[in-house]
Amino acid sequence: MISVKELRRSFGPVVAVDGISFDVEKGQVLGLIGPNGAGKTTAMRMLACFLRPDSGTATVCGVDILKNPIGVRRSLGYLAENAPAYNEMTVGGFLNFIYDVRGIEGKKRRQALDRIVPMCSIESVYHQTIETLSKGYKRRVGLAQALIHDPDVLILDEPTDGLDPNQKHEVRRLINKMAKDKCIIISTHILEEVEAVCSRTIIISKGRILVDSTPEKLKEDYQCSLDEVFRKITQTKVA
Amino acid sequence: MHSFWAVFKREFKSYFTTPLAYVFLVIFLFFSGHMTFRQGFFEARQADMRAFFANLPLLFVFMVPATAMRLWAEERKVGSIELLLTLPITVTQAVLGKFFAAWLFLAIALVLTFPMVITVCYLGEPDIGLIITGYLGSLLMAGGFLAIGGFFSAVSKNQVISFVLSVVACAVLVFAGMPTTLNYVSTFLPAGLVSAIENMSFQTHFESVQKGVLEFKDLSYFALLIGGWLAASTIILDERKGC
Repeated sequence: MISVKELRRSFGPVVAVDGISFDVEKGQVLGLIGPNGAGKTTAMRMLACFLRPDSGTATVCGVDILKNPIGVRRSLGYLAENAPAYNEMTVGGFLNFIYDVRGIEGKKRRQALDRIVPMCSIESVYHQTIETLSKGYKRRVGLAQALIHDPDVLILDEPTDGLDPNQKHEVRRLINKMAKDKCIIISTHILEEVEAVCSRTIIISKGRILVDSTPEKLKEDYQCSLDEVFRKITQTKVA
Repeated sequence: MHSFWAVFKREFKSYFTTPLAYVFLVIFLFFSGHMTFRQGFFEARQADMRAFFANLPLLFVFMVPATAMRLWAEERKVGSIELLLTLPITVTQAVLGKFFAAWLFLAIALVLTFPMVITVCYLGEPDIGLIITGYLGSLLMAGGFLAIGGFFSAVSKNQVISFVLSVVACAVLVFAGMPTTLNYVSTFLPAGLVSAIENMSFQTHFESVQKGVLEFKDLSYFALLIGGWLAASTIILDERKGC
């Protein structure tokens, strides 16, 4: 459902993403891992049509990110790094704004709200303004925003960053529950998360794909834990 | 279309969920009244609102950039621009939604100066047509300043920088048309350039609308100005939204 071809983007002299290609099918959860500054966020931003690639392209659900960015955004749920939101709004007001933008009205909106609010467990903060929320709740509001229209493709940039262990577990459970009939890409630093939710993993460093495999296969090949695999790959191959 | 309305609605509401709207309205209403009476509203012994409208450009030079500076700079700083522009909204829709919401807010500020109209009507028999065109000219001028302020807000992440830049840009456009400036530049510039400067300035067009003359060249000046600066904001945002 996602097909990336030779995507490249640089900021001035720094090449952030250096010609990456991969495909993700429905039912797959792809974990993008890599050191800081590897280009994970830039790659995801290009897929969400926030940044324009310098060259290369990608399709999401068959829609080209260059030719029809609005069409891509319609079928995509995107949670940006740090889950940005409008801080002065209440959670309810914010979700209603997203519904307005996505054109979900009336009965459909009520049904979607009844589904999404308990799913992300944000009932207790529904009438609070977003700036008063803790990091964990803020991120769950961001997640709710990304899931609102029940998208086929989900792109989540560090969805569990800053959450406590219980909340991390909750989010992973949520991802596992949705994994069957969606196509999900997550980026993370936490390798146990890759083992917990991802059916496939891509390790990138300095904008290039170093490994495209599954967590199980990586462990088997290197005969050690994922942490060590990650260190071995990113430290030797780049140096 | 619904994404335009969604942005418009959210933006308009956000003025009133923060103290911004109330602070702005109180200060604007105080100074617009204060300057009118200091100018000699009673001494003129005329039932018109000339003293009121004549001071608006100066007040707008400071007040409108203050409303406009947060439009994009804040979104960039907080990072919510990444949310907004990964929703199914085009940059143009977002720019227009924000612009019209802020314009409506300024229109409300202008409507709230209605006690001036009542005062004038009570004291004498003013020319209602003149008052209406006066308000129309003020509204168009507010829109022009707003489009300029919105552009500088899109240029910088820092609200103070965008405020200062747009105050300067608006002030240049107002003062270029003042008689003192024109007299000075006419000492060394050819007459053609002087009249070009005069025609580029807000002041000239604002005054002629305010006098009750609705000419195509004045209306098209404001339309071009607003359209041009909004288009520039769209291009700037498209280019550097991620930086």
